[in-house]
Amino acid sequence: MAIRGRSRLSDVVSKHEAAILTDWIKEQLAAVKAADRIGEAELRTECARFLTLLKVALRSDGSHDVSSAAWSETRELLGELSRSRARAGYSPSETAAFVLSLKRPLFDRLRGEIGGDADALADEVWQTTLVLDRLALFTTEVHQKSRDEIIHRQQQDMLELSTPVVQLWESILALPLIGTLDSARTQVVMESLLQRIVETGASIAIIDITGVPTVDTLVAQHLLKTVAAARLMGADCIISGIRPQIAQTIVHLGVELSSVITKATLADAFVIALQRTGATIGRATKA
Amino acid sequence: MERIPILKMNEFLLVSIQVDMHDRLAMTLQDDLTDRIVRDRARGVLIDISSLEIVDSFIGRMIGNIAAMSRVLDAETVVVGMRPAVAITLVELGLALPGVRTSLNVDKGMELLRSSLARGGNGHRDAGR
Repeated sequence: MAIRGRSRLSDVVSKHEAAILTDWIKEQLAAVKAADRIGEAELRTECARFLTLLKVALRSDGSHDVSSAAWSETRELLGELSRSRARAGYSPSETAAFVLSLKRPLFDRLRGEIGGDADALADEVWQTTLVLDRLALFTTEVHQKSRDEIIHRQQQDMLELSTPVVQLWESILALPLIGTLDSARTQVVMESLLQRIVETGASIAIIDITGVPTVDTLVAQHLLKTVAAARLMGADCIISGIRPQIAQTIVHLGVELSSVITKATLADAFVIALQRTGATIGRATKA
Repeated sequence: MERIPILKMNEFLLVSIQVDMHDRLAMTLQDDLTDRIVRDRARGVLIDISSLEIVDSFIGRMIGNIAAMSRVLDAETVVVGMRPAVAITLVELGLALPGVRTSLNVDKGMELLRSSLARGGNGHRDAGR
């Protein structure tokens, strides 16, 4: 092979574009069973776009460095594709298969073109593998990143959802805590409680910890901080929903809760809160 | 020199902090307020900090001190209108101000002062239960 300044891959792709496309799609439909999730028509458009961009990139850049500027459009397309597949619930390998399944059609064509020259063929195959592997790794990275984003967003949602502050009566708020209390959540809990105290002008807040699985010294510390902050604003706190095991733990740990009103159930706490605000409840006697 | 005005309202004194507290201002307030409690024979002091956005440990301690001094002079002190951010900051600084009575707004603060005065006064904040 005399005239081979750069890879012949781009020539091969240009020459056999339609055939490669057909083979490639066949490959994907067989391997990934993507057909049930993604329409064949859609797949065809995506593949055609990718091949076109790949052709352009191969032609303009001989070095096959997929992080260079010549590949930016290809990367963009792949990034978009990986993100949408990550959202649709594809696994990383299924996403990478989009690129990797292109190998066989390309190798077939390369063999057809330069099958006689084993050295040149091996060389071309190596180059092609290099490019496609890098692109596949890129899709995996993007896939991973977008999964991380989804997880992060869901965590945020959980954080906000899990700390509702409800008004039980005029000037009585309740804060049912569910799930483990860590520093970040305590911060959110504290802020939303204090904010609601300002908005509603509540004088008593009931913090119900029925849904908190374990109370250790750190959690108790967090609770006491919340109580202290609410008190500074002029609202009293009652801690309710203390289960027997938790009462035992609190005493064993030596946590001092004597500055706070504690009740076993939310109902008891509510009665106390009503008394504090001057309201009474009783059964209406039948006339 | 900058001063925080102290208003007399019957047997109560009203202090509304509308500017950012700095250390000298807090010291001046402490002097002025103790003077006025004695001079006016005030029975209650209401400190409104609803405009106070920034506190540091010094200002936090000053608030606690002023409340303690007023109580020594037989005037019940209520701190009203603390902002959530300020409350969180003070708690994080370890200044939970256990001796200070607090209220959400001036209305409730006045109510608290009147009722504690009616009960005959120097009652410490009941610890609940």
